[in-house]
Amino acid sequence: MVEITNKSIKNWSIVGPRPTLGLVLFEIAKSIENLMVVTADVSTSAGLDRYRKTFPEKFVDTGISEQNMIGIAAGLADNGYKVFTTTFAPFQTLRCLDQIKVDLAYSEIGVTMVGLASGLIQGPLGNTHCCIEDIGVLRSIPNIVILSPADGLGIAKSVVASLQTDKPVYIRLTGGSNHPIVYQNDVDYVIGKFNQLVEGEGISIIATGTMVYNSLKAAELLKQKGISVSVYDAHTIKPLDEETVKKCAEKNRLIVTIEEHNVYGGLGSSVAECIVKVKNSTTHLALGVNDVFLHPGDYNFMLEQAGLLPEQIAESIIVANSAL
Amino acid sequence: MLDPEKKSFLDSISKKIRKKCIEVANAKSPNATHLGGALSSVDILVMLYYEIMKYNVSKPDWELRDRFFLSKGHSVLGYYSILSDLGYFSDEELHSYGKNLTKLPGHPVRNKSMGIEFTNGSLGMGLAVAIGHSIAAKRRNLNYHTYVLMGDGECNEGSVWEGAMAAPHFKLNNLTAIIDNNGLQQTGTNNEILKVEDFVRRFESFGWEAIEVDGHNHEELYKVFSVNESDKPRIIIGKTIKGKGFSFTEGNNSWHHGVMTKDLYNLAVEELNKK
Repeated sequence: MVEITNKSIKNWSIVGPRPTLGLVLFEIAKSIENLMVVTADVSTSAGLDRYRKTFPEKFVDTGISEQNMIGIAAGLADNGYKVFTTTFAPFQTLRCLDQIKVDLAYSEIGVTMVGLASGLIQGPLGNTHCCIEDIGVLRSIPNIVILSPADGLGIAKSVVASLQTDKPVYIRLTGGSNHPIVYQNDVDYVIGKFNQLVEGEGISIIATGTMVYNSLKAAELLKQKGISVSVYDAHTIKPLDEETVKKCAEKNRLIVTIEEHNVYGGLGSSVAECIVKVKNSTTHLALGVNDVFLHPGDYNFMLEQAGLLPEQIAESIIVANSAL
Repeated sequence: MLDPEKKSFLDSISKKIRKKCIEVANAKSPNATHLGGALSSVDILVMLYYEIMKYNVSKPDWELRDRFFLSKGHSVLGYYSILSDLGYFSDEELHSYGKNLTKLPGHPVRNKSMGIEFTNGSLGMGLAVAIGHSIAAKRRNLNYHTYVLMGDGECNEGSVWEGAMAAPHFKLNNLTAIIDNNGLQQTGTNNEILKVEDFVRRFESFGWEAIEVDGHNHEELYKVFSVNESDKPRIIIGKTIKGKGFSFTEGNNSWHHGVMTKDLYNLAVEELNKK
């Protein structure tokens, strides 16, 4: 359905998550007759220009009206369309949350929503456009799958995986162009099952979205200092891979969760809720945005304020590890 | 023109549905029911289900069925009573309304086999879903019509006006919205709470064909529903009386969500029998 080659992986990395979404949807539209993409005046931002010109019959633009977008998407899906909706993450989730709950989750309507530019990449535009709340609010609604891909291949995989489920799905896109590559080659991608990228001992890093790559870099830095860590790609936040989390809690002295999200409500909270069920559980270090609106600025500046650059992650782990 | 025989049939159905509503309300006592808005919309629903819409009770997911969405989900009692009367589910099931483990809670939940097209209850959402169904019909060249019933108080919701903008934009002449314009909302009149007067002018300015009718008069309702040659989406503003049908409920907003007592139930039955 989507051809995975070294060239496509490189290309997805260069163009970044939003154009990658457009490219992937363009590919699957060729073979899925009942595909429908619904946007709220963001086709250009979602890399959908070529898509909408090529497949006008598989495209609906509702204008800047996200509540209406979800309702219309639900109506289309109720008639057998496989529907993707997309707009910027805050508007794709918070603005139309009640519609997501009622029209999709409660009504058992399997629409896939894609939140563009989530996390901190929109730092220069301010906190209206950053999104550190989407996982938290959606996670509290029953019946929704939440995917958070680490790179271009992850996006392609999550889009294809969302076609296989009849549940509402949220795909959270983080990062920008020249997006670092986590997966150089094709990989198994099963909803609800983390991918282990580094095998280590004593410490497990469970990261999601862009923070997977930063965790790999942090792991290299830690290795240089003689600290061994495992790294997992939590590409699915919900349903959580409880089996892996529990194993990490049993085997390790420290679990570290890392996300471009508020530390409340996101991956860290989800992992914490799981590991408290484990007897004599391990210590948990939750890295993310520490429940504040950060000062607007460029992406690197935003990550730095949140302590999410690879060197900062490594340093936080060293401190936590030495305090054990 | 509605022939007299049909009119008499539809009037008798309305009477039967109102009776079912008060029976369920009585059975549910001392718990309250949303009776006022249910009674105001009965005649509109009867016109749609017993005269206008095409559907197949034994094939509820028939692709070409006309769609109906109860956006004012709290007025569900009349809707459930009609679906039960048509045979989508039994009278016994109807009486499970609001009880533990029921499939018929106080606001409808999508259940195609029971004839319940979609979930509603959080106000202002039905129009967008109806628009989705109407766009699907246009894109697939399918000849079904979509109806959505909204409340006048519901039109306080901004999402209604997002839909109001969208339907003419997508040229949805296969969509008819209806407002149950009884003039009352939960805590007062529309004008006291948030003015929504002159729906005709408002919707016309958004690009709809808007028609005001007596929402209890089957002849008038038939006239507007049976002919549709408009190239625009249509909105029928049904002027109604909240609690229509009984002396103690008509225009009495305490019946927005009220408790039926034995005495009032007996009075209601007596009044129905006199009609």
